[in-house]
Amino acid sequence: MREVAVIGTGMTRFGELWDSSLRDLCVEAALGALTSAGTDTLDSIYLGNMSAGQFVAQEHLGPLMADYLGMAGVPATRVESACASGGMALRSAFLEVASGMSDLVLAAGVEKMNDGADVTGVLATASDQEVEVYYGVTFPGLYAMIARAHMEKYGTTEEDLSWVSVKAHRNGARNRKAQFRRAVSLEEVMSSSMVAEPLRLLHCSPVTDGAAAVLLCPLERAREFTDRPVKILASGAASSTLSLSHRKDPADLDAVELSGRRAYKMAGLAPSDIQVAEVHDCFAIAEICCYEALGFVEQGKGKDAARDGLTDLGGKIPVNTSGGLKSKGHPVGATGIAQAVTIVEQLRGEAGESQVEGARIGLTQNMGGSGASSVVHIFQGV
Amino acid sequence: MPGIVGYGAFIPRNRIRSEEIARQWGKDAASIQRGLLLKEKSVPGLDEDTITISVAAGRAALARAGIDPQKVGALYIGSESHPYAVKPSGTVVLEALGMGPEIHVADFEFACKAGTEAMSVALAMVESGRAEYAMGIGADTSQGAPNDALEFSASAGGAAYIFGKAHVLVEVLETYSFTSDTPDFWRREGEFYPRHAGRFTGEPAYFHHVLSATRGILERSGLKPSDFRYAVFHMPNGKFPLAAGKQLGFTDKQLETGWVVNLMGNTYSGSSPTGLAAVLDEAHPGDLILITSFGSGAGSDSFILRATELLPERQSLAPTVRSMLDHPRKYLSYGEYAKLRRKIIVND
Repeated sequence: MREVAVIGTGMTRFGELWDSSLRDLCVEAALGALTSAGTDTLDSIYLGNMSAGQFVAQEHLGPLMADYLGMAGVPATRVESACASGGMALRSAFLEVASGMSDLVLAAGVEKMNDGADVTGVLATASDQEVEVYYGVTFPGLYAMIARAHMEKYGTTEEDLSWVSVKAHRNGARNRKAQFRRAVSLEEVMSSSMVAEPLRLLHCSPVTDGAAAVLLCPLERAREFTDRPVKILASGAASSTLSLSHRKDPADLDAVELSGRRAYKMAGLAPSDIQVAEVHDCFAIAEICCYEALGFVEQGKGKDAARDGLTDLGGKIPVNTSGGLKSKGHPVGATGIAQAVTIVEQLRGEAGESQVEGARIGLTQNMGGSGASSVVHIFQGV
Repeated sequence: MPGIVGYGAFIPRNRIRSEEIARQWGKDAASIQRGLLLKEKSVPGLDEDTITISVAAGRAALARAGIDPQKVGALYIGSESHPYAVKPSGTVVLEALGMGPEIHVADFEFACKAGTEAMSVALAMVESGRAEYAMGIGADTSQGAPNDALEFSASAGGAAYIFGKAHVLVEVLETYSFTSDTPDFWRREGEFYPRHAGRFTGEPAYFHHVLSATRGILERSGLKPSDFRYAVFHMPNGKFPLAAGKQLGFTDKQLETGWVVNLMGNTYSGSSPTGLAAVLDEAHPGDLILITSFGSGAGSDSFILRATELLPERQSLAPTVRSMLDHPRKYLSYGEYAKLRRKIIVND
């Protein structure tokens, strides 16, 4: 397999983008990536998206993207893995370049959620229809159960969850593309409306429109396009049971652990080598579970990390310097790619106020549903 | 200069508290109140509707104007809850108020903006000389679907304005309208409850039109927010008008008198017209007043008004808005409210 580099990135603002349609968002992000790499040709496109069919009645997104980019003719594939669609699109793009099949491949992600659909109902299709959704559960409910299990097993408290949200917003306030650019206090988080006990409004990522894109090419060609390429060292993915009830332990995101382990192995690295990370904080409890599953802390110790500043911008392992899904926003299919954009910026030294000094190795972890799919990428600045 | 020669409002006596509605549906009353800034809303009695509310408000306007009702040459009523789909509310109201038959009558609709539309056209009839006096009324008894967010706000009430050229209490200095095709809230023929597009009713609908209309009228008139003593905005809930006012550069002090929604609810076509009546109940000569309505679909009408020396002596000639908000009130249980609002299925 050839070595693969990221040579360009693009991202729309994340938020309630009333004036932007699905195709507007796709094109904006893709053009951003192409322009930043200084090229206007592509060999292949992968587009991550969870539910355009249900949100805006549009399927067949591959050709839509190619067409509206002015590149009809280029092979284009839509990739779906619920909230991990973006990460999986990145993985597919990586494999197409690594295999030698194509040179310039765009990995993009998009979701247009604010167009009148019943968002809760649409998102629930990422869980098990027959075993879970049939009985009325929704995503906040599933993650509330994960939170309860974690609280019972490890003594995690609501306050522990809340410190994660406080960190997210503090970081998001520095991100000019974030949906919410306002710091929140612990009290605000803990007194926000209850959504699904114990998860409150400010423990949950929002409903967001947005798109992101990264352009990949073989590392050996990267300098044709940029003098600051970022190498993709590894891609690790895993699945788990679709329904939470079939997991071995609801407090243990085993797909995250497995995908992380595979990525570390491929990169020849350990969790302690990671200097900056973007993880999938769809709900505050998810971030805590991911700290443990990715080996940043011991199992059960995730609850203290945010409170103790371990994962702060100035901490031992800064996590979600972008604001995470909570503050930056979570346009479902775009998230996995947006995470990559953040890490690439960090490793290029282009993260401005959010810069982790001297970061050379970064990690993204993108998860689908209640942890049924997970994909981890490890990047290195060259 | 043409302007308002008489004004009046009416708010039904029955009330239901937000807590009572929240309790019914297992919602957290504190969150609702924090989010919408609504404490209670008015509820029409079994024998109250847009027509009766218009009559009460119209009577008050005639009392303050001190004119012979026969001299009113036009009557326009704007509502989204006219009792009939075909048969104007205006014909019943004109008879009840002793007006006509030499009178032009039309019913208006445009979601919550129908009241200011009626006012705009009444003003135009007077300005053009086609009528010596013309009355424009905004009144509603709108329904909120059970267990929907709108159930906390949809209420009943209205206000009436008589326009004329002589003995003007409040001059109309400028008008401005801003309208676009924005489908944020609607009710199809035959449906009992309206439908809405969630958060789309906020920024792209309410705020876009209210802000654009207000900015438009300020530019056209050359005035700025600090020139005004009062500003009134359409009140679909407690938060939106305050947020809009703030974004436009108005202070809480300028907004507070006209902000009647937290005890009244959203009286739809009566909303900003009733807020304006509350302002007129206390305004002093020379005070500049801005009012911007909003109707879903969507559009906003904006007026710049100035109180004259004639206003103060007329204020007490009919019930003030404050007197109707503060007392007398009768609090209902959810069951009584559901019965009065015909939400309970009964055999005919």
